[in-house]
Amino acid sequence: MIEVKNLYKSFGEGDKKIVVLENFHARFERGKTTSIIGGSGSGKSTILKLLIGAYKADAGEILIDGEDVTQLDNERMNEVRKKFGVMFQSGALFNSLTVEENVALPLREHTQLNDSTIRIIVKMKLEMVGLRGAEHLKPAQLSGGMIKRIALARAIALDPKIVFYDEPSAGLDPISIGVIDELIMSLSRKMAITSIVVTHELPSAMRISDKIIMLFKGKIIANGSPEELKNSDDPRVIQFIKGDPDGPIPFSKSQVDYGEELKQMNI
Amino acid sequence: MRHLFGYIGEKGYRSRSAALDFFREISGLYYLTRATLYCTFIEPLRGKPNKWGPVWIQMEEVGVKSTGIVFLISFLIGVILAFNSAYQMSRMGALDYVGALVGVTVLKELGPLMTALVIAGRVGASFTAEMGTMKVSDEILALETMALNPVKFLITPRFLALLIMLPCLTLMADFMGILGGYVVGVTTLGIDSAPYIQHSLEKMKVIDVVTGLIKSGVFAVIIVMVGSYLAFIIEGGAEKVGENTRSSVVISMVLIIIANLLFTALFYFIT
Ligand SMILES: Nc1ncnc2c1ncn2[C@@H]1O[C@H](COP(=O)(O)OP(=O)(O)OP(=O)(O)O)[C@@H](O)[C@H]1O
Ligand SMILES: [Mg+2]
Repeated sequence: MIEVKNLYKSFGEGDKKIVVLENFHARFERGKTTSIIGGSGSGKSTILKLLIGAYKADAGEILIDGEDVTQLDNERMNEVRKKFGVMFQSGALFNSLTVEENVALPLREHTQLNDSTIRIIVKMKLEMVGLRGAEHLKPAQLSGGMIKRIALARAIALDPKIVFYDEPSAGLDPISIGVIDELIMSLSRKMAITSIVVTHELPSAMRISDKIIMLFKGKIIANGSPEELKNSDDPRVIQFIKGDPDGPIPFSKSQVDYGEELKQMNI
Repeated sequence: MRHLFGYIGEKGYRSRSAALDFFREISGLYYLTRATLYCTFIEPLRGKPNKWGPVWIQMEEVGVKSTGIVFLISFLIGVILAFNSAYQMSRMGALDYVGALVGVTVLKELGPLMTALVIAGRVGASFTAEMGTMKVSDEILALETMALNPVKFLITPRFLALLIMLPCLTLMADFMGILGGYVVGVTTLGIDSAPYIQHSLEKMKVIDVVTGLIKSGVFAVIIVMVGSYLAFIIEGGAEKVGENTRSSVVISMVLIIIANLLFTALFYFIT
């Protein structure tokens, strides 16, 4: 189980400082799927990178199985990371390696298994994502959707207890989205994997999640089961669900009034 | 007046922050080098042996594939040196000593230096471009989250490969440079083969070869560490990869020349 308390994160210094995450609280239960949804730039990927220890938090605690990982040194953090599988937004496959070598890499480095066992495991994982037969391709020869699926295969290669997904279904066709959703659900059901899914695909989040956390400008605006979210009367949640361009969530990112900014421009 | 002070203040502020940046880069480079040395030489003693597969691949990439250009350039350097010194030597009536002059210059200075400069351009650039691309596409982050140390995984094989191959290439460059001098000396300058070889052997000492190899080891460290550091600090997109690749070549060339200067000064004073 992962518990996050009072998490703060900002980027930059001085007057360029932007606060990306403010007082973030969450509990990711064991064997459950939790989705973090929110508009582009609301800080979803940042949360993920904080959880996997890629960024240092400004303040707050991240307890993974009761251990505060914000205080760990690199060596101890590596022990924790062996429980993780991470699927990155961009896939982050190793371009110099083939698909097979990509999926086999964590197995080769962290287990004592012999080569033929590893190749069998790789084949099983590739079959799970429906890409058996792509073993000898290089990432540059794959389509965007295939890269996502290989990245998923690599993330679950070591049978991790916790899997993080950053936009698992963005840019995929409806059938692949269905397959990936199904896969995430069956992984958490059958193998009691804790899944943390970052996404802005609302229908997919509604389908797979036990709990949904909705972010807006780095703050939590809703937190509950898909049912609770659907019945929410918070106008911001309703706007996001309906995809309304007008409403309390502005489309523009700017903090400065548009008219004021135009007046200030001296041309 | 206010403007002037403002200007100076601004300038001062800027140069101060440039100096701070400079020291930040130096200390970053220092820490990365320390981490690399630790991963390469200390960790294997603590039961995490280096994998030689990737080292072989890199040795082929940085060494074997560079032999052609190194051969060509060092041969031509030998030729140029022979022509140049022949002009001076013949005025002193010591044409036979061209071989000695070419040999000593190549062994002591030009062999190691030219090889390192060529490799800095050819290999240092590709290190930065390759690892920089990995950095911007989150591949290095992916390594970290798989609990794999990117230093051990990416830098160590390149480090070992270049540390082995650059001295080898230097030896070949030494040979080719001397050969270049010999060919021109005997065919074009009309020096007899026997005295050419005899004077050359008299003047060239094993110690010169050894110091050349030590130098090339230091140059290898410079090329790998500058190339890797400039790749690892990249944040942002592809344009930064291009920018840092260029800086990587320029910085390693400057550092190689400075290191060479220090070595030459050192040898001058101790011998
Ligand atoms: N390394 C960084 N340096 C500076 N600012 C950053 C950095 N990473 C993210 N940000 C900023 O933090 C904010 C949130 O970014 P984040 O990547 O978490 O968004 P997101 O919710 O994942 O968006 P998307 O749905 O588009 O992936 C953005 O405004 C971004 O500009
Ligand atoms: Mg994102």
